[in-house]
Amino acid sequence: MAVFSEKPIKTLLLHLALIAAVIATLFPLFWMVSVSLMSSAEANRFPPPLLPAAPTLEHYRMLFSRLNLAAYLLNSTLIATSVTVLSLLLNSMAGYAFAKLRFKGRDRLFRLLLASMVIPAQVAMLPLFLMLKEMGLVNTYSGVIVPGMASIFGIFLIRQYALSIPDSLLDAARIDGAGEFRIYRTLVLPLCKPILVTLAIFTFMGTWNDFMWPLIILTDSDLYTLPVALANLLGEHVQDAELMMAGSVLTVLPVIILFLVLQKYYIEGLVLGSVKE
Amino acid sequence: MKTPLLPANTAFWFLAPALILIVVFFFLPVAASLLLSFTDFDIYALGDHERLRFVALDNYLRLLGDPLFWTALKNTLYFVLVGGPLSVAVSLGAALLVNHRLVRFKGLFRSLLFLPVVTTLVAIAVVWRYLYHPRYGFLNYLLGLLGLDTVDWLGDPDWAMPAIILMAIWKNFGFNMIIFIAGLQSIPVRLYEAAVIDGASTWRQFRHITLPMLAPTFVFVTVITMIGYFQLFAEPYVMTQGGPANSTLSVALLMFQEGFRWWNLGYAAAVAFTLFLIILTGTVLQLRLRRREI
Repeated sequence: MAVFSEKPIKTLLLHLALIAAVIATLFPLFWMVSVSLMSSAEANRFPPPLLPAAPTLEHYRMLFSRLNLAAYLLNSTLIATSVTVLSLLLNSMAGYAFAKLRFKGRDRLFRLLLASMVIPAQVAMLPLFLMLKEMGLVNTYSGVIVPGMASIFGIFLIRQYALSIPDSLLDAARIDGAGEFRIYRTLVLPLCKPILVTLAIFTFMGTWNDFMWPLIILTDSDLYTLPVALANLLGEHVQDAELMMAGSVLTVLPVIILFLVLQKYYIEGLVLGSVKE
Repeated sequence: MKTPLLPANTAFWFLAPALILIVVFFFLPVAASLLLSFTDFDIYALGDHERLRFVALDNYLRLLGDPLFWTALKNTLYFVLVGGPLSVAVSLGAALLVNHRLVRFKGLFRSLLFLPVVTTLVAIAVVWRYLYHPRYGFLNYLLGLLGLDTVDWLGDPDWAMPAIILMAIWKNFGFNMIIFIAGLQSIPVRLYEAAVIDGASTWRQFRHITLPMLAPTFVFVTVITMIGYFQLFAEPYVMTQGGPANSTLSVALLMFQEGFRWWNLGYAAAVAFTLFLIILTGTVLQLRLRRREI
């Protein structure tokens, strides 16, 4: 290889540094999986064992049979899926309108939305809680889903992508007599497919991983999402390292798989959302 | 060819669903939060709204005299001012490594280093709690191997925040790394080629080409990181509950405790709004400062 013959030592050192960085990065995840498969109290040994002496699934079994984990998995899946589907529809409509439909005050309105992204979500949480309490949505799935149904970031991302749709294409459809909603459905949505996939991953992962809001709005443990359930479980089982690790594996695994399968969309979307302002 | 100006109501129907939701569930609560911070809304008012009183700036005055708030602010600033720059530096280092022209399998390295970003913070905090275990934790084992003294990571007030920072860097550096890589790839190669012809060293190339060309990326990365880091919450909630001796109590955690544990919603709103003002000031300052530099 030409690359390797050019500066062999430097090339080697660079790769060694990268491999060291990868090992340091992946070690906590590897250790999490490894400890989750150890028999009870094996992790409480010194020096800490790297691999289980006799791998066992007993902690996973315990999580499902006695600690209601299936319900939490279902809650998380249901909430994250609902938010993803609904927000994809609403954000793509708004994002398309900001990119391609001309109306008075469009750019000013868009700038206002962008600027308000510096407001931390926590500022809204206290009145939001009171409001949802009045609406009877505290301690319901809807209480988690409804505030996530539209997002400024989602609108922004779709708009950035939709800007590249040629106006001539839309105008041709209009001249053919297509209605605006039909243009959106049959022309814009298919063209925006890559960014829709990206936004779907972002939204699903963001909702799946979210902690503070579900922690506030869900008071009944039957409705807990995985992160809330995990934090709660830690209170009672802090001594059971193996059990907590198994719970962590089950919480993290779905999003890691989703990322590994769809990483192309994820990383491209991240760059689009940040650089092309 | 210009898009014909459509009747305003077409755009309205496309925008209305999302914008109404954002107004009702975000802008309205933010405004209400400001109003709430001028009241003594507490657990009694929660049951009976008649008991709500307007107290003007009392909550803010109480805040200024509350040692717990100052502790939380100090801890949060520690996290932002130490953790933030360290995170950005690690991200830049990783980006330079991955993007180096001699490196092969760039995509693979990038994905593996990015993995912590997509993981669930709560689960990761649980894992790191055990990595930091004073007796059986892996980190102390490593320190022992190197012949160093072990540390009671999460039990020592001096070490708890550094421990949280270390975990946060591990969890977050991949995000900014991707943005830096995109920034590095947008620098024209001919600049480096010209520098090589002029005999510029690697360091001089980095100092006089890479860094200046990355300036816009830096602005974005530092502002985003700062805004995110100011909202520190789940890490101390899961790992230390704000302890030991309140050494990891953050402003967001204080707001949560005041608001949703003690139901002092008026006071908590003042805490939240103060946090917002600090973030806003920080953002404006950063943008001003950078604009002058560029």
